[in-house]
Amino acid sequence: MKFKGKRFGILLTFCIMAVFWVLLSGIFDAFHLISGLVCCAIVSLISHDLLVKGESEKKLLKSLRLLIYIPWELWQIVLANIDVAYRVLHPRMPIDPQIIEFETTLRGDFSLVTLANSITLTPGTITIEVEPDRGKFVVHAIGKEPADALLVDQTMQKKVAHVFMETAVRTEDLPTRK
Amino acid sequence: MITIFWIACLIIAVTMGLSLYRGVAGPGVFNRTAAVNVIGTKTIALLVIMGYYFERPHFFDIALLYAMMNFIGTLVFAKYLERGGLC
Amino acid sequence: MLIVHVAVTVLLGIGAFFLLVGSIGLLRFPDFYTRLHATGKCDTLGGGLIILGAMIYHLFQYPETLLVSAKLAFLIFFVFIANPTATHAIMKAAYKTGVKPWRLGEERR
Repeated sequence: MKFKGKRFGILLTFCIMAVFWVLLSGIFDAFHLISGLVCCAIVSLISHDLLVKGESEKKLLKSLRLLIYIPWELWQIVLANIDVAYRVLHPRMPIDPQIIEFETTLRGDFSLVTLANSITLTPGTITIEVEPDRGKFVVHAIGKEPADALLVDQTMQKKVAHVFMETAVRTEDLPTRK
Repeated sequence: MITIFWIACLIIAVTMGLSLYRGVAGPGVFNRTAAVNVIGTKTIALLVIMGYYFERPHFFDIALLYAMMNFIGTLVFAKYLERGGLC
Repeated sequence: MLIVHVAVTVLLGIGAFFLLVGSIGLLRFPDFYTRLHATGKCDTLGGGLIILGAMIYHLFQYPETLLVSAKLAFLIFFVFIANPTATHAIMKAAYKTGVKPWRLGEERR
């Protein structure tokens, strides 16, 4: 087993597991703490590949940028809920559902997951399917404006690409509307 | 303060009842799965509030476990419906 | 103490309102995909706000047991990660199985 270049992954797994142990056990005497830390060390040495995959660089900077990205995402969640509440409580229900497809140039696992969950939580769109090889997204949009926000503006793709320092969205291939 | 927790419990119970209608009557298995997932999410909030109403801190552990069980159960059921099997 | 109680009440009220809106959307919307729009978003924020209210109440009412507050914070984090993923899983299963999305002007089902 080679540990070179995987030090960050092992350390991150160990920290998360130690926090989780302390949170769930709630006992602070020496025996429980030491046995928990030993268990965390063994588990993180064996199976750190499950949580942090690959050996990309500049992980600290990415984590910092992710911390800046999260408040914007929370504000988008609040906007999404107000939007859904308006659509639900309006007597005529102003919805016009459609399925759209677009491709991004994001390839990393974590960035794709972040983009998919962000799309689900932002106003009017839910991710249906992700193809990791081509970076293709199938998205169900509840109206025309949310679909256009994803297809034309592409703010969210640019933000996620900025966070994970991958290349931004290609503009030449136009997205299709089903 | 305990009255406010009681009222919140009541509202969450009413919303769970509304979702139960979709779980019983909803056409197709997917509507029912969605309704079960929704009821599970509401149950987490209800358990946390009930912990204060009955003044028993053990309810939070139950809520944590319930969140995980609900998540994994929904994922497994969706996978089963998608492939017709679990492997 | 009064300010904390007012804040907790407001948080619980907003959370319960969003849970109610999610349930009404689950009943009113015309097909499966649009119903998941209502529930996937409103339940995430509504449940998160209710647990946040409980966390703030615990932080000021019982400051000696900080561990429970940390547990509730983890619960909020977990709900915000898990709920969109579960919604996405059900939706993908339905899309792969061939459930047709509702278009404007069709009959509700």
